[in-house]
Amino acid sequence: MTAMIDITDANKSFTMHLQGGIELPVVSGVTFHVNPGECVVLSGPSGAGKSSILKMIFGNYRCDSGRIGIRHRGEVIDLATAEPRQVLNIRRATIGYVSQFLRAVPRVATIDVVAEPLIVNGLARAEAQARAGELLHRLNIPERLWQLPPATFSGGEQQRVNIARGFISDLPILLLDEPTASLDAANRAVVVELVAEKKRHGVAMVAIVHDDEIRHQIADRIVDVTSFAAAA
Amino acid sequence: MADQDMLENDEPLLVAESLSKSYGRIAACRDVSFSLYPGEVLAIVGESGSGKSTLLQLLSGQLAASGGQVSYRMRDGVARDLATLGEAERRFLFRTDWGFVHQDPAQGLRMAVSAGANVGERLMAVGWNHYGRIRDTASDWLTRVEIDIARIDDAPRTYSGGMRQRLQIARNLVTEPRLVFMDEPTGGLDVSVQARLLDLVRSLVAELHLAVIIVTHDLAVARLLSHRVMVMKGGRVIETGLTDQVLDDPREPYTQLLVSSILPP
Repeated sequence: MTAMIDITDANKSFTMHLQGGIELPVVSGVTFHVNPGECVVLSGPSGAGKSSILKMIFGNYRCDSGRIGIRHRGEVIDLATAEPRQVLNIRRATIGYVSQFLRAVPRVATIDVVAEPLIVNGLARAEAQARAGELLHRLNIPERLWQLPPATFSGGEQQRVNIARGFISDLPILLLDEPTASLDAANRAVVVELVAEKKRHGVAMVAIVHDDEIRHQIADRIVDVTSFAAAA
Repeated sequence: MADQDMLENDEPLLVAESLSKSYGRIAACRDVSFSLYPGEVLAIVGESGSGKSTLLQLLSGQLAASGGQVSYRMRDGVARDLATLGEAERRFLFRTDWGFVHQDPAQGLRMAVSAGANVGERLMAVGWNHYGRIRDTASDWLTRVEIDIARIDDAPRTYSGGMRQRLQIARNLVTEPRLVFMDEPTGGLDVSVQARLLDLVRSLVAELHLAVIIVTHDLAVARLLSHRVMVMKGGRVIETGLTDQVLDDPREPYTQLLVSSILPP
């Protein structure tokens, strides 16, 4: 089986020029792969670099060295050296990212925030909205809120909108940064179900989950990030 | 998925090669090279005096470069060096395939004629002559930029700053350009008015698949609108990349300073 994500010896540090140029090591020697239909959970204490690794896989953080192989439209592309245009194409067609917080665009209605990734990929607005509605229903966002921008919603509601937006696409790779952090038990269960559905569709996932029970339910494999601790 | 492939395989719309401009011994712009593709939004950021406005003028052929060249792929698919275009060709490009949104709407609008005429004028310049159709298209565009149709016969000098800027955008987009230059489009506006304008620009750019080169000193504007960013300092591009990458993981000392100078919301 060909891996969807294949990371080899990736390193990341920050150079803080405003603090006298100090080097802040983040992770080094990051090496793991993720197969289609598999959910790999990154474990390790806060500050170990879990979120940084997700950001490197999404191309949000640059790598100092190493390789981040992503299977994009049948071809393996090294995200660590890809051109910006290519990274954008990979994000549009291959990698989805559910961040911890919703970066809401002012004035855009919730239903459109959720439907947007499908519209960007060419689906008709009505159909995209119908699918967005289904997901919002499942995540218990009442219909009367759908036409409002999510900026005024509670933290938990915003996160559910964020999850709906992240799960709506049919992208083959999904990165999940604490998708269940501020959710109640019922909604956590919905997320577990959504992850299971993605697996059945062959989606490769990398997740950060602090809740032991959820981790147990979704993880096929656990990658311990402390083994990638950068030598300080 | 057909237009996905188009997005990945098409050719650049505009290519800048080693662009430079000096005024006597002062180099306002040094050795700038990049390619812009259809539908791509590029932000040029940097503080006053960094050379970003000079670069915008070079790119739009309003200023002659001291070195290097800009080529633009015309509607017939042929890339042409801007410096070899005749004045008439260049003006035609500006009236049809390009837009230019100025920071001060008074520079991009005719302040004493009606809003409808401001939009209609661009259509007449490309050969439209049916009054009814021009007026219909103009009112359609006023609606798209959220200007009340009841104000179509009023001159923009009676408009608020935000409305003027939205009118300037309508005037630029009515001829369906492929490339729009924007120079600090939200510069003179109140914060609440800015948010509305940015949101409007963002959706129009995506809907019309516009390529945009936007000069701004406001990193929040760059983050909201652009795919890629170029950071300028002292006339040079010191850092470039995906917008979220440059803003979340800045490498150069100057970029780190810019990013760390943003006040938290």
